Amino acid sequence: MTETIRKRPPRRKTQERLVQAVLFFCAAVSVFTTLGIVGVLLFETIEFFREVPLWSFLTDTQWTPLFSDKHFGILPLACGTFLTAAIAIAVAMPVGLLTAVFLSEYAGDRLRGTVKPVLEILAGIPTVVYGYFALLFVTPLLQRFIPGMAGFNALSPGIVMGIMIIPMISSLSEDAMYAVPQNLREAAQALGASRLQTAFGVVVPSAFSGIAASFLLAVSRAIGETMIVAIAAGQQPRLTLDPTHPVETMTAYIVQVSLGDTPTGTIEYKTIFAVGMALFLATLVLNLLSHGLRERFSEKYG
Amino acid sequence: MTPATVETQEELTQAFAIQGLNSWYGSFHALKGVSMTIPEKRVTAIIGPSGCGKSTLIRCLNRINDLIPGFRVEGQIAFKGQNLYDPALDPIQVRLQIGMVFQKPNPFPKSIYDNVAFGPRLCGEKDRSKLDAIVEESLRKAALWGEVKEKLKQSALALSGGQQQRLCIARTLAVGPEVLLLDEPCSALDPIATAKIEELLMDLKKSYTVVLVTHNMQQAARASDYTGFMLLGELVEFALTAKIFTNPTNSRTEAYITGRFG
Ligand SMILES: Nc1ncnc2c1ncn2[C@@H]1O[C@H](COP(=O)(O)OP(=O)(O)O)[C@@H](O)[C@H]1O
Ligand SMILES: [Mg+2]
Repeated sequence: MTETIRKRPPRRKTQERLVQAVLFFCAAVSVFTTLGIVGVLLFETIEFFREVPLWSFLTDTQWTPLFSDKHFGILPLACGTFLTAAIAIAVAMPVGLLTAVFLSEYAGDRLRGTVKPVLEILAGIPTVVYGYFALLFVTPLLQRFIPGMAGFNALSPGIVMGIMIIPMISSLSEDAMYAVPQNLREAAQALGASRLQTAFGVVVPSAFSGIAASFLLAVSRAIGETMIVAIAAGQQPRLTLDPTHPVETMTAYIVQVSLGDTPTGTIEYKTIFAVGMALFLATLVLNLLSHGLRERFSEKYG
Repeated sequence: MTPATVETQEELTQAFAIQGLNSWYGSFHALKGVSMTIPEKRVTAIIGPSGCGKSTLIRCLNRINDLIPGFRVEGQIAFKGQNLYDPALDPIQVRLQIGMVFQKPNPFPKSIYDNVAFGPRLCGEKDRSKLDAIVEESLRKAALWGEVKEKLKQSALALSGGQQQRLCIARTLAVGPEVLLLDEPCSALDPIATAKIEELLMDLKKSYTVVLVTHNMQQAARASDYTGFMLLGELVEFALTAKIFTNPTNSRTEAYITGRFG
């Protein structure tokens, strides 16, 4: 009797094992790198809090680790981060959402096919370009309308950061709206709704968790954005909500200290990790929330 | 083909008069010379095998197919003497008069109350007590009030399929239409839920003109007064339901109702 199915030569088997091992190794490297980073962050943060009490870190209203009169209050940095991120979201959310409504409810397939990639190019511009755009173009422009605005301020990088995250919001929100079943639109229109009423009365509310997820992700992106604020917002940790003043964000502070010649092991050096940890926790929470919302959304319309 | 006519023993007012209706999806010819009159305050069933154009036909009656790119109609549909496709007519006004319930229950992901109040709110009704009254009345008409009156604020998606479909009927009635178009409203429901909807239709035809698409012949036989049989985009025969099911004129109708094809 002849065999119709050839038996696998044993060499092929070991080859496959080898490939498997290499692939596993690559996956393991990235997991361990991440764990390593978190580990170092955690270690240095604990070191930092041996010298600075958590309470004063959270409540002191000054951040002056580089001066002789040292204060370690995260509030001014958090405030700068909050202010620039809030401005960015105030710009990006309405524009991004309206773009998404337009693309999903009004644009034909051909227009959507051209606009979406163009928007994604916006997202691909290096942030350093946005930073100088804010500093050299937007700030002088704003100064014409707002006399007395400082050359470094929160408003200009906030706006530019908003422009940068528009594609992210519009793309994710559009995905969520596009996934709303067509029969809900038909139901609304059969009840006498216009296209506009259908879009805002049915599609947007039905896509709410997807839209909220895109919003949270955008907030997280704005909080973590570094280059634009480091270039255009100034480097003065200051507890203010006035967007015409220079501020410093958590990310910009990390850049400032990292670029200087701060010796390893000093308290200034450790501040980088404490601030980094705060940043890491904030964005981690936002990303987890966003992920959870998107899961919920896809459950509803799986 | 000669226009199918209804043999009537009774004096009936016409709701729809359809004359030589043709329609296309792009280049696909979906309805071919359909002519029929649909009487007021009766249940008219449209039967026929899947893909024969039943949905296309009733979706012409409230102009919901206007929303499909590439869809086109020719011919006449008059609703109570008025040309439905008159360019001066606002399709939104048409849809307020002629309500529609779809094959798959499609409540909005909102509360039961907000589903029913959706249409009246679009028409500008803001008064809370009036809305409350409309919601209650519509849910009662749809035979759902007793089951949901304690949980109007809960999500409509938590209801069973049959309840969702009755909610969709209530939502349509809340706008105050004269006509109810139902496109296979029971095809996603179990027999008990189906029986409830059929019972409801018996009740609704006292005050509404009902057009019921179904591919379930028993349902057409049980629930309708008139029946139209469609095949491949044509209306083959249209007559009193009793006549269609006992003594059809056309041999293709007979073949279909006796289960020899389709
Ligand atoms: N949106 C559409 N685009 C193109 N063709 C369609 C569309 N809807 C229906 N058709 C076609 O029109 C014909 C009639 O469809 P339909 O009216 O839905 O049939 P039925 O409801 O009787 O099953 C079918 O051949 C179907 O493929
Ligand atoms: Mg159909």
